[in-house]
Amino acid sequence: MITVQDLNISLPEFNLSDINLSIGESEFFILMGPTGAGKTVLLEAMAGLVPIRSGKIFIGERDITTLPPERRDISLVYQDYALFPHLTVLENITYGLHFHRIDKAQSEVMLTRLLEILNLHHLQGRLPVNLSGGEKQRVSLARALMVEPRVLLLDEPLSALDPGFREEVRNAIKRLHQSSNATFLMVTHDFAEALSLARRAAVMNNGRIEQVGSIEDIFQRPSSTFVADFVGMKNLFAARFKGTKAVVHSLEIELGREPPNSNGYIAIRPEDIVISREAIASSMRNSFKAGVTGIFDQGFYYEVHVRAGEVTFKSLITKRSVFELQLREGNDVFVSFKSTAIHNF
Amino acid sequence: MKREPFFWITVSCGFVIMAFILLPLIELMTAPSLTMLKETIQDKDVVRSIWLSIYTAGLAALISFILGTPLAYLLARSNFRGKQLVEGIIDLPIAIPHPVVGIAILSVAGKNHWIGQVFSELGIRVMGSVTGIVMVLTFVGIPFYLNATKNGFESISPRLEKVSRSLGASMFSTFFRITFPLAWRSMLIGIIMCCARAISEFGAVVIIAYHPMIAPVMIYERFEAYGLRYSQPIAVWLVSVCLALFLILRILTIRSPKEV
Repeated sequence: MITVQDLNISLPEFNLSDINLSIGESEFFILMGPTGAGKTVLLEAMAGLVPIRSGKIFIGERDITTLPPERRDISLVYQDYALFPHLTVLENITYGLHFHRIDKAQSEVMLTRLLEILNLHHLQGRLPVNLSGGEKQRVSLARALMVEPRVLLLDEPLSALDPGFREEVRNAIKRLHQSSNATFLMVTHDFAEALSLARRAAVMNNGRIEQVGSIEDIFQRPSSTFVADFVGMKNLFAARFKGTKAVVHSLEIELGREPPNSNGYIAIRPEDIVISREAIASSMRNSFKAGVTGIFDQGFYYEVHVRAGEVTFKSLITKRSVFELQLREGNDVFVSFKSTAIHNF
Repeated sequence: MKREPFFWITVSCGFVIMAFILLPLIELMTAPSLTMLKETIQDKDVVRSIWLSIYTAGLAALISFILGTPLAYLLARSNFRGKQLVEGIIDLPIAIPHPVVGIAILSVAGKNHWIGQVFSELGIRVMGSVTGIVMVLTFVGIPFYLNATKNGFESISPRLEKVSRSLGASMFSTFFRITFPLAWRSMLIGIIMCCARAISEFGAVVIIAYHPMIAPVMIYERFEAYGLRYSQPIAVWLVSVCLALFLILRILTIRSPKEV
């Protein structure tokens, strides 16, 4: 629904090159990348706040490349909230209505709904200075959605929040997305956030998009070494949850806890995966027979790929272990990991 | 706890400076008798010169406000080649000796320059006129307005304006609904600084316009003609009126505790 075509931007100390991105109607899309990759510049270019050198931006069929920001139907939520300090919470939320012809009854309904979803009723008369971080971000979300934008851009909306508030605001964002028709595009560093909110994502580096695809794909089949390094946690699998078990293809993996959702993801860091010749008798609840499918020299470590059923695990082990285990491709081994090393989303 | 010598040096220097500033002023303010003060304020020439000083300075501030606000905004928000040069030029009037300012303005607005000729064709007199005084006062006062206002704009996050734009507001609406309400205090401080600087100008004005007489020129004239005793009461009145005005403006700008 929002499409970016061959976008190029040159700023004095920064360039974006050949950005191509297409995000579907009402989709929740994640943009990831290290600091300085150009994520904020890309968002601001979509919103019309940064001059572009070449390329086009469409919302649906409509070419918005040359439209001023106020006519794009794109709302913004920043990490630092950017609330108008001289206006009350209610005045902040309804600010955009001054410039939109929205039916009064309709906007009343909208306001009530946003106040309810974001739990802001009791704060309407306050000034931003008297709000906590989580409250500020909830106000900024309400303000952005009050004008019923086609696209909502969220620039690391959770990064400045204390962990306690982060969860709360994340859930609010999820609920807002489900109850709105807008397309959400969110920048984040946090994989847990990405996985709990979106299905598709893009990874940016150095002013370019390195990879676009499903989040699972980005983890399992990184298209460049940069993406592989950036995502780090290499074992990510879609799973069905049954009681305290996660079912990945034919493997039943014991989590030692019951996830709240029935479908989701599990992730295991490669350094948490142990490879041995014999089945290990230890506290590790998960141990599977597997075959070595690849051994890759990574400098200090070897990355060893082992396949159990249809699932390929990637493990990082020292050179010495590879030598002591006399690992070769095609060997039969055991792959084991603790329940506590598994992250579920 | 025993204080270190360093502490006592800082405190003593502070006292020396306070005394240096306050003693002459207190001496000045208390020198004239009440009857002298009363007589002086009944002198029509004195009232006229103080009034002239205040309203020419006010006009200079108004011109600075109207012409200076957009430039201050530009300097606060954009980076362009030659920006530092522009900022340097803005500060020039602060660094130039006051009589030189007068002479410089005269050399453009006088009969020997085409601009001066255009002025006289249009019937605008600069020499010895209120127009000339306002021109000089604007010249010396505008840097103070520009710098205070620029700092005010810089302290407002550009993101507030960006959010406002994305919510449907044009640049004009954004300026009047967001930027101005957040910057007006800085603008008012700029206006006060500009006025204060303009009211205190003597050297440049005396070259452009000895008459009509602004208060500093009259103080100087009374001092030259009659001596210290006769110049002091006018000075006291000028200082009091200015202090009163600035005090009122400062009170208006005190932040109410609920605001940021």
